Amino acid sequence: MAHGGGGRLMHELVNRMFGAVFTNPILDRRHDAAVLPASPHRLAFTTDSYVVHPLFFPGGDLGSMAVHGTVNDLAMSGARPQYLSAGFILEEGLPMETLWRLVVSMGAAARNAGVSIVTGDTKVVDPGKGDGVYVNTTGLGVLEHALQIEPQSVAEGDAILISGDVGRHGMAVMAVREGLSFESAIESDSCPLWEPVQALITAGIAVHCLRDLTRGGLAATLNEIAEASGKRLEVQETRIPVRDDVRAACGMLGLDPTHVACEGRFVAFVPEAEVERALSLLRRTSAGSGACRLGAVAPGDRGEVILRGTLGVDRLLAMPSGQPLPRIC
Amino acid sequence: MNELAPFRDARLAQSLVAEIHRTTTRPWTLMEVCGGQTHAIVRHGLDRLLPEGITLIHGPGCPVCVTPISLIDAALEIAARSGVVFCTFGDMLRVPGSQGDLFSAKAAGADVRMVYSPLDAVALAGAQPDRPVVFFGVGFETTAPATALAVARAADLGLSNFSLLVSHVLVPPAVEALLSEPECRVQGLLAAGHVCAVMGVGEYEPLAAKYRVPIVVTGFEPVDILQGVLACVRQLESGRSEVENQYARVVRDRGNRAAMEWVRRVFEIVPREWRGLGTLPASGLGLTAAYRRFDALERFGLVLPRLGEGNECQSGLVLQGRMKPPECPAFGTRCTPEHPLGATMVSSEGACAAYHHYRSPAPRT
Repeated sequence: MAHGGGGRLMHELVNRMFGAVFTNPILDRRHDAAVLPASPHRLAFTTDSYVVHPLFFPGGDLGSMAVHGTVNDLAMSGARPQYLSAGFILEEGLPMETLWRLVVSMGAAARNAGVSIVTGDTKVVDPGKGDGVYVNTTGLGVLEHALQIEPQSVAEGDAILISGDVGRHGMAVMAVREGLSFESAIESDSCPLWEPVQALITAGIAVHCLRDLTRGGLAATLNEIAEASGKRLEVQETRIPVRDDVRAACGMLGLDPTHVACEGRFVAFVPEAEVERALSLLRRTSAGSGACRLGAVAPGDRGEVILRGTLGVDRLLAMPSGQPLPRIC
Repeated sequence: MNELAPFRDARLAQSLVAEIHRTTTRPWTLMEVCGGQTHAIVRHGLDRLLPEGITLIHGPGCPVCVTPISLIDAALEIAARSGVVFCTFGDMLRVPGSQGDLFSAKAAGADVRMVYSPLDAVALAGAQPDRPVVFFGVGFETTAPATALAVARAADLGLSNFSLLVSHVLVPPAVEALLSEPECRVQGLLAAGHVCAVMGVGEYEPLAAKYRVPIVVTGFEPVDILQGVLACVRQLESGRSEVENQYARVVRDRGNRAAMEWVRRVFEIVPREWRGLGTLPASGLGLTAAYRRFDALERFGLVLPRLGEGNECQSGLVLQGRMKPPECPAFGTRCTPEHPLGATMVSSEGACAAYHHYRSPAPRT
């Protein structure tokens, strides 16, 4: 428990590892709290904890995810991510090399996303009381515009756009966790999403709502927005981008790609008249290169998501219930 | 990777729908046996594309759904025993027994593991020789060969800590039980393609002849199912009742003989209780004398009680095709995927789950 006791060993850990990797003028003052300059803009504030297992998976790891997840939540409210806190809960016995790899990955992800990790905390728990390492990040961002980006702003006639193909993150993690081997390696889609969001906002697109696709996938995200806005969302099944290898892996396990988690995808609700411009802006960004139009907000007040199937028959796209479970046959 | 695309082709599907409309002159009632087919039908809305006179009713072909409550209860009891590692396919975790499900057992501290293959359970037994490892063998002809192989492997390795809770059932006896009911409305059958990939099509010949129903071995994609319906309707319209193989890209007439050989080596045919259908003679698999030492019920000293459905779940009627899920008074209200009354609401092949998942509820009044 030496590292958690507040003694010299922990001081060394913080100084050497976290301080060296996350270095920035605010953190480097090493005070009890980070002192931040006040902003004339509205602020967005969010927190999330990351307990993914395994710690490393194709296309990402717990460290990068802990940055992307939180900066993406800020971006979805239209905020430019600025500051992060990082809280680590380490299980005693975690190899230092593992922690080092996660911290380095986290630092790189933060720099790439344009945020500074300005404060943090470390606790060590007894063996068996944690799953290697848990990370909590809290994020602060600024809204440098007057848009109200939220489900309540969704309007009938809005187009629904998606930033890229769905299901990669969930299948990448499941393949490693369950020891499944597919013909091709599926890599997580985990990435920061402020760049494509910023492209829309600075170009003056009247963005009504943004939401990233995390647990529960596209189906959960659309249902959350439908429920919160009370609107009827209509989506064309054939337009949902799913890579062939992801579709094949899902098919094998009896999973629906629209239920599988993403970590670098979002849906955007914009006025129909701005669809073409919005899509071309998104496609010029690396995280939005696969952007396309999924459907539209239709008349109706039942707060539901309707999928127009490949054969032209409408069906409900229901909220997934519980974790996806592979089927027997 | 995209080899299934032709079987989801919208244009081909539409031309089959048109052909079914041209061929149909009278109302016909068909049953698709397999829950995977039910899900494809409800998901793609195939029933809504067919002529009004063609009724599709959903059969008992969901192994999770037909597993009797008594076996789920036995699973829960074994999983709760000290030191036991209880291995199951993912679908079984949410199926309610009379007291909770395997998920809740896990939450209460039982070591319940989701595995993808019965051989994974054997590997676990090998790795942890001091702990009893139990595999919940559930499924039709499709999964029985892999379970058989696992038991044989455990025997070869001399793993005395491995055992099997057997819930394997056979499709043709259930089909016969349904067809022999005096009030049976089924005039044509879409048999489950993957089951026939293992057992072949021969067992259906006497059933088609005896009950005068066309039986079309059918796949699981929209085009497969529409071709199966068309073949069935053509036979009915011309007064034939033959076994036909729509799924020839996978199913050979004689099935997979190597797989069947493993099943025959490890299992014998026994009577089994089916949830909703009751105990059917010669409808399931039990371990042969040579492998009975791997039987988890014997190992843990359990005897299956004879219990009916303990609550208001009407899945028996649903599994016999006598009730559509939305007709159940509990559907979507007291019975949901989060709080299921029965397995048909939680299984990925359950008919109630298909309707709840894919169909918009009736307009609010």
